[in-house]
Amino acid sequence: MSKVGWIRLAVIVLAIGLLEVCCRTKLINPKVVIPPSEMADALVQMLISGQVNGQIARTFGIVLLAAAISIVAGFAIGVVIHAIPRVRQALDPFFATYYAVPIFIFYPVMIVIFGLSIMPIVLMGVATAVVAMIIATLNGLDRIPRVLTKVARVHRMGTVSTALRLKLPAAAPHLFTGVKLVVSYAFIGVIASEFILAPAGLGRVIADAYSDFNNRRMYAMMLLLVIVATAVNMLLHVFDQRWAERRGIGKS
Amino acid sequence: MTATERITDTLILAVIALLVWQGLHQIVGDTALPAPVPTLAYLAKFVPTARFGESAWATFQAFILALFFSYAVGLSIGIWMGFHRLSGAVGEPILISIYTLPKITLYPVVLLIFGLSLPGRVTFGAMHGVLPVALLTMNAIRNIPPVYLKSARTMHLSPWQTITTVLVPATLPEVFSGLRIGFTLTLLGVLLAEMFAAKAGLGFLIINAMQLLQAQEMVSVTVVLFVFAAAANALLLWIEHRLYRRA
Repeated sequence: MSKVGWIRLAVIVLAIGLLEVCCRTKLINPKVVIPPSEMADALVQMLISGQVNGQIARTFGIVLLAAAISIVAGFAIGVVIHAIPRVRQALDPFFATYYAVPIFIFYPVMIVIFGLSIMPIVLMGVATAVVAMIIATLNGLDRIPRVLTKVARVHRMGTVSTALRLKLPAAAPHLFTGVKLVVSYAFIGVIASEFILAPAGLGRVIADAYSDFNNRRMYAMMLLLVIVATAVNMLLHVFDQRWAERRGIGKS
Repeated sequence: MTATERITDTLILAVIALLVWQGLHQIVGDTALPAPVPTLAYLAKFVPTARFGESAWATFQAFILALFFSYAVGLSIGIWMGFHRLSGAVGEPILISIYTLPKITLYPVVLLIFGLSLPGRVTFGAMHGVLPVALLTMNAIRNIPPVYLKSARTMHLSPWQTITTVLVPATLPEVFSGLRIGFTLTLLGVLLAEMFAAKAGLGFLIINAMQLLQAQEMVSVTVVLFVFAAAANALLLWIEHRLYRRA
């Protein structure tokens, strides 16, 4: 690991250590924040006892489902929009505003329409994620070098083989950036919906534990979410970097 | 694209949105989603009432304070990490991981610290806005071509002159992008806080209307917020484009 990496690790360890000390010396009220070591202990015990495994599986399942729908639908919609320039031009202001609108204000509308089920949560996950994939697809298709289409014509390649063998690989890095965004957005969309109102799921577990003053359970589940979200994002980031490096557009 | 074309496109989009709304209404019925015309009529009557005014004022207060803290803290972190290379290299990945975290999970902690009060909502809103401001400011400072600073030194500019004539103009467009995204996310944070737990504000009004099955009121507030967010973003984007063109 580089020097910067070591310093970063030290900073994180120090921050956690400081929190631990402040909690142990009652500088921070234990009713507000419990020591990190206790959070970890609570998490391990909860995972072993299996009380909430069903809820965990449910939430991550919904995130995966929403991400999968967003990737497939976003890619398909992106390809169609890219093919019709007039539609794309008309939709540009829509894309520019989309992430400026707090989409969660539509969640109650979804609940009223579809009932308090899994459906509005999946839809919120897709709604937060799909547009990122559409935009990434448009970007990727825009950046396909002209020379590649010329090469295809010189070699008399058909439409399908041009698309699969030249256009798709050329657009791939941008598409992957889209996938990366989709995963983190779907995560946020699903968890936030569960927090506001949901029949079950991790967000609901945390919200309930908060209402019951069950700090151990609440912090254990928060820790789990933070660990999973960070791990997934780091993993995708590493893949993204590798890919960029292999294509010669990476940082180093 | 000409201005008239752009306005036509926006109008076409608005008409399509209204048609989709009407179509959904036909499918799901009046109790779930009221039709656009009666809802907009209700909206026109509801917005001038004191109840809406109080909620809007509560949200506005929380939002402005949260925005102030987002910008103040975000710009400070961004400027520090932009100029101090080592801090930037150490801190950037940490900031990015916090940025991608679903911050709503941490809202109960904020609630435990502040209770159901204004500072809680302000803190939560600011938590959303700080990171994009900090990250984009840091990038803007790092991307200043070194030759700019060299020429400032060659011309013997005082530190103050360097800041006002070189640093600010060079970084302004990108910093402004950060401020625009910070604006959006702060609004999201404040509304999420109100939706999850609050006794006032427009987010609370939406959730309350949903629980009382007041579909018209719920959709009205949603429309108001949608229009506000879209209009504010359009204005900020317009300023941003002008800044980039000038740069």
